[in-house]
Amino acid sequence: MTTWLIRRLIQALFVVLAMSVIVFIGVHVIGNPVDILISPEADQAERARIIAALGLDQPLWKQYLLFVNDALHGNLGRSFVFNEPALLLIAQRMPATMELAVTAVLMSILFGIPLGLYAGLYPEGAVARTIMAGSILGFSLPTFWVGLMLIMVFAVQLGWLPSTGRGTTAELFGIQWSFLTLDGLRHLVLPALNLSLFNISLVLRLTRAGVRETLPMDFVKFARAKGLTPARVIFVHVLKNIMIPVVTVVGLELGSTIAFAVVTESVFAWPGMGKLIIDSINVLDRPVIVAYLMMIVLLFVTINLVVDLLYTVLDPRVRLEAKG
Amino acid sequence: MTTPTLEVRNLRTHFFTRAGVVKAVDDVSFTIASGRVLGLVGESGSGKTVTGFSIIGLVDPPGRIAGGAILYQGQDLAKLPEREMRALRGNRIAMIFQDPMMTLNPVLRIDTQMIEAVQAHAKVSHAEARTRARDALGMVGIPSPDERLQAYPHQFSGGMRQRVAIAIALLHHPDLLIADEPTTALDVTIQAQILAEVQKLAVNYGTALIWITHDLSVIAGLADEIAVMYAGRIVETGAADAVLDRPVHPYTHGLIGSVPSRNRRGEKLRQIPGTTPSLLRLPPGCAFRTRCPRADAACEQEPLPSQPVPERTVRCFHPLVAVAA
Ligand SMILES: Nc1ncnc2c1ncn2[C@@H]1O[C@H](COP(=O)(O)OP(=O)(O)OP(=O)(O)O)[C@@H](O)[C@H]1O
Ligand code: SF4
Ligand SMILES: [Mg+2]
Repeated sequence: MTTWLIRRLIQALFVVLAMSVIVFIGVHVIGNPVDILISPEADQAERARIIAALGLDQPLWKQYLLFVNDALHGNLGRSFVFNEPALLLIAQRMPATMELAVTAVLMSILFGIPLGLYAGLYPEGAVARTIMAGSILGFSLPTFWVGLMLIMVFAVQLGWLPSTGRGTTAELFGIQWSFLTLDGLRHLVLPALNLSLFNISLVLRLTRAGVRETLPMDFVKFARAKGLTPARVIFVHVLKNIMIPVVTVVGLELGSTIAFAVVTESVFAWPGMGKLIIDSINVLDRPVIVAYLMMIVLLFVTINLVVDLLYTVLDPRVRLEAKG
Repeated sequence: MTTPTLEVRNLRTHFFTRAGVVKAVDDVSFTIASGRVLGLVGESGSGKTVTGFSIIGLVDPPGRIAGGAILYQGQDLAKLPEREMRALRGNRIAMIFQDPMMTLNPVLRIDTQMIEAVQAHAKVSHAEARTRARDALGMVGIPSPDERLQAYPHQFSGGMRQRVAIAIALLHHPDLLIADEPTTALDVTIQAQILAEVQKLAVNYGTALIWITHDLSVIAGLADEIAVMYAGRIVETGAADAVLDRPVHPYTHGLIGSVPSRNRRGEKLRQIPGTTPSLLRLPPGCAFRTRCPRADAACEQEPLPSQPVPERTVRCFHPLVAVAA
């Protein structure tokens, strides 16, 4: 187990390193921030001074090494625009995104598993067919369009729910959260639903497929032959088997949900990292872009690791192999 | 005569598939008394497992019991509400499955799977249920049962898993145990051990035992009665020794011919020529017609059960009575 963990950590380190190179080069290919940041009226000396101050006069490899050196000291550069540490900017926006993404993932479990279970148990029924058809829409409709529709229907037409911002927040652990107030929760509903639609469909289909696959298994029949109630058979014997792929996918999806929050945050003016990164890309605020992407990479790597660990908790067969 | 533990009367279990009706069990009747062993024999696909599932009430759609009665101590299980059936299942009527590798839930510990089985039918504490589970494991010959309770199925060998399944089936000392080829997937020495153990336990508890197999040699020393199935029907029933020594139905005769036995050592194994017909497209008349050496025009009619010799029921127009005499 320990050797396995160490091996995984080394792998993770390489992934992060490789990504940092790619991100760094990629960002430099996008465009030169100098053109945007420096006013056209500035004279040559002024230009050179600013470029030097931003460290943009150095060759790329040197900039990269400087960046890595700084990064190792917990410094991902200062925003060209806000003149604040990029990491701080991101850290300030992170709770809002996390709150949105985690709520969305929880919703995908809350709706996806029961719906999938139902569709798996009664696959021929009209309800199950409707659920499955709905899940196809959930997969294929573009997030921004669904977001706009949600706003149209629930905010504009019906006026039930607010459509922009986080609403009233309350403090917990020194951070502002929406989910702690009723108003905040009302603000959270639409964006979270928008963001979770894809995941609900995914979890639902996965659960349904799992149920269809598990039900004919001998061990399910044997469980019934023991005289167990249908509830026990389904919620313990069937569900426990299905949880392995579902947890894996939900866990892995948490990363992409955070990344995808960009769209939803833009539509609902949710003040999270996603909105920050869009703004930063518009003005080519390199340090913020790089810092954001590195955060996402780190997040993905961490989530992968946690999911693998969870896997060993859920599946006794994996545990043995991991030991050996 | 007392009521037998189980009397199956004209049981029909059909699968209503898109391709047509599969008559997996078609007009099957047999009786088994407490403490007796019935060997249910037949080639693969003859309907043995479906017969077992019908008795325990676990035939899944598109299958369903289309006719007949399953009288357990005089009560018709085919008409019993699911709730009451569930109270019997795993309690008074238990079943062991064909493939021990698939019978236990891979993600639940043995103790979970045993304790739930105890508590499904006995109102006892968790601790008491655990004790019973441990004792049951010990009874089927699993060493250090206390430790093994903590294990997961994949930590057991096939033979050990089947013992666990047997222990679970016997937890409530059932009146009827259906053992569906429980040893087929295991190697020969383990087969013999498990066979002996189940028989011993069944005798101890006065359990009526239905032992399903496609291998006559397995059943020879074990069964009191034998029922031979072919294409969803029972073609011959009678006392085990008598059926094995003097088979009367041509199919049974062929089956015995294909079993290596002591007196015919060295002789070439005789296979029954041909294969089991598809149950979807059974020819009218005797289903064995296409493979039977004695078939003639009469066999295009449906043979009804008859008793060409005492204590023997056979479905055949030309039983091997003369040959047997
Ligand atoms: N779910 C099902 N749908 C359609 N037909 C089925 C279904 N289950 C079983 N059958 C049919 O019922 C017949 C009897 O099957 P069964 O499993 O009882 O055979 P068996 O005698 O137990 O054979 P084996 O020795 O291979 O276990 C088979 O021909 C099979 O095609
Ligand atoms: S009825 Fe005819 S075909 Fe069928 S087993 Fe008897 S002799 Fe053979
Ligand atoms: Mg079978």
